[in-house]
Amino acid sequence: MRARAATRSTGRNRGWLWLAPAVLVAALLFGTAVGETRIPLATVIEVLAVKAGLGSAALDPIDASVIWHYRLSRAVVAACGGASLALSGLILQALLRNPLAEPYLLGISAGASTGAVTVAVAGIGAGLLSMSAGAFAGALTAFALVAALARAAGGGTGMRGAGVIILAGIAGSQMFNALTALIIAQSASAEQARGIMFWLLGNLSGVRWPDSWVAVPMAALALGVALWHARALDAFAFGAESAASLGIDLRRTQVLLIGTASLATAIMVSIAGAIGFVGLVVPHAMRILVGPRHARLVPATALAGAVFLVLSDVVSRIVIPGQVLPIGVITALVGAPAFAVVMIRGRQR
Amino acid sequence: MTPILEAVGASHAVRGREILSDISLRLHPGETLGLIGPNGSGKSTLMGMMAGLLRPSRGEIRLEGRPMARLGRRQIARRLALVAQSAETAERITVRDAVELGRTPWLGPLRPWGAQDDDAVAAALDAVDMAHMAGRDWASLSGGERQRVHIARAHAQAPRVLLLDEPTNHLDIHHQIAILDLVAQLSVTTVIALHDLHHALRCDRIMVLRAGRCVALGPPMEILTPALIREIFAVEAEIIPHPGGGRPVFAFQRLA
Repeated sequence: MRARAATRSTGRNRGWLWLAPAVLVAALLFGTAVGETRIPLATVIEVLAVKAGLGSAALDPIDASVIWHYRLSRAVVAACGGASLALSGLILQALLRNPLAEPYLLGISAGASTGAVTVAVAGIGAGLLSMSAGAFAGALTAFALVAALARAAGGGTGMRGAGVIILAGIAGSQMFNALTALIIAQSASAEQARGIMFWLLGNLSGVRWPDSWVAVPMAALALGVALWHARALDAFAFGAESAASLGIDLRRTQVLLIGTASLATAIMVSIAGAIGFVGLVVPHAMRILVGPRHARLVPATALAGAVFLVLSDVVSRIVIPGQVLPIGVITALVGAPAFAVVMIRGRQR
Repeated sequence: MTPILEAVGASHAVRGREILSDISLRLHPGETLGLIGPNGSGKSTLMGMMAGLLRPSRGEIRLEGRPMARLGRRQIARRLALVAQSAETAERITVRDAVELGRTPWLGPLRPWGAQDDDAVAAALDAVDMAHMAGRDWASLSGGERQRVHIARAHAQAPRVLLLDEPTNHLDIHHQIAILDLVAQLSVTTVIALHDLHHALRCDRIMVLRAGRCVALGPPMEILTPALIREIFAVEAEIIPHPGGGRPVFAFQRLA
């Protein structure tokens, strides 16, 4: 009995963690191999091997370019974005004690969009980093507004409080989306407007390697911060006051974790637009699979988020032949029913 | 001797209005102090302040002689545990998960779970007689079982001071007695907010609060006179000696 207890919290069921890199590599390979142009898997692997410096075969330059510059970069960014968004959802759900919390539903994505579009249209600095900074400012503004509105409306914890903050999030989303539309209508040229609208729906089409220079460190940072705070996230199970009485520095933890979630969302929005529901679906699915303890939940959520978004991206490219759907359409098709299920289960509690 | 927990003229104000005024108290190691008072008299506020969760607007709280304001949350949590009123969760955690939370102040990213943590959790589960239910889901527990798990969680925290905010609320009489017996056998300094005056008789000392002020502080049999009970709770009380030599019982009647 004691021996079993001893393994429980230290190393129990950690074996699957060793599988995580393999699963991730498999998903990336799948994302790279599937696309509009049929390229044999052998060619894909050959190109990847040569590019990684593991051989020197003669490559078809078009195949090589499609695989390396378009598909692999896109799959890598999708994986990082999925992990970032899923971890953001996990963090927000734990800290707000709200099963419906998620960057998209809380209006954080909409605020980030407004921030990014403002920077893009105004042409401040231009480029990914300044757009990310604008998105981050927008994300934080949106979260502050939504949290203040929820507090003013008397939102607490539990299902009723959960409803209040989601309503506040909807109000925030609507307002920021309207602001975005206003900015586009007012200031953008027709060509700019078309590009921005396409990007806003959540789209990975324009992703190239430079995007991964931001996306990869962001995903790593989000994973690191969440893992570092795994016990703190656990401690919120009985509420913020209980967490404080267990020795958690509330102010520091909330600022750091919500800041990380907002930053991760902002970076993803500035790369690929607002992709919804990843942060809702993935953490809930992982809670069912690995349980509520964050030491396991955090890596599982990051991995599943990465795989989910790579697969969603693949589906968005092949579900209608000859046409690429915005990836946000696919995640919403999966996510909206999941949202309904969580809501109904919450009611029964 | 330094008191283990001390309030010095501690007050708490919300939007400029004092809801707790000039509370002074020296808690000695090992004693059990009962907090008594009508609803809204400031018991929970005093608990929160003694737990370091609320900052005094005037005066200060000292833990082992050191001002609470200068201690970090972790340092406080290693010395003092709080069982708040009806803390609930929607997470699908087990009894053991909930008790393991008590080890949080002793753990960190660089100080992983170890054998002594397992021992602390096992001892805590034993103390509340919940070891056989360690694998049960939180959602499947009764109110009394949940309260016992909260106390086990506090026990696993290995505190020197245990604060309990109305731990017998909403429990049937059997579980009320069981919880009080359980708390009495824990060898920590305890502050316990209570509504039932019979339960208060079990404490070493009681503090009576009314409208945020300390009205009386001392051994329960000296404090709980019919005159004080009439003044504080607006009921007529008669104290009836126990025929078997146990603690007396109160008979209450509305004021005429």
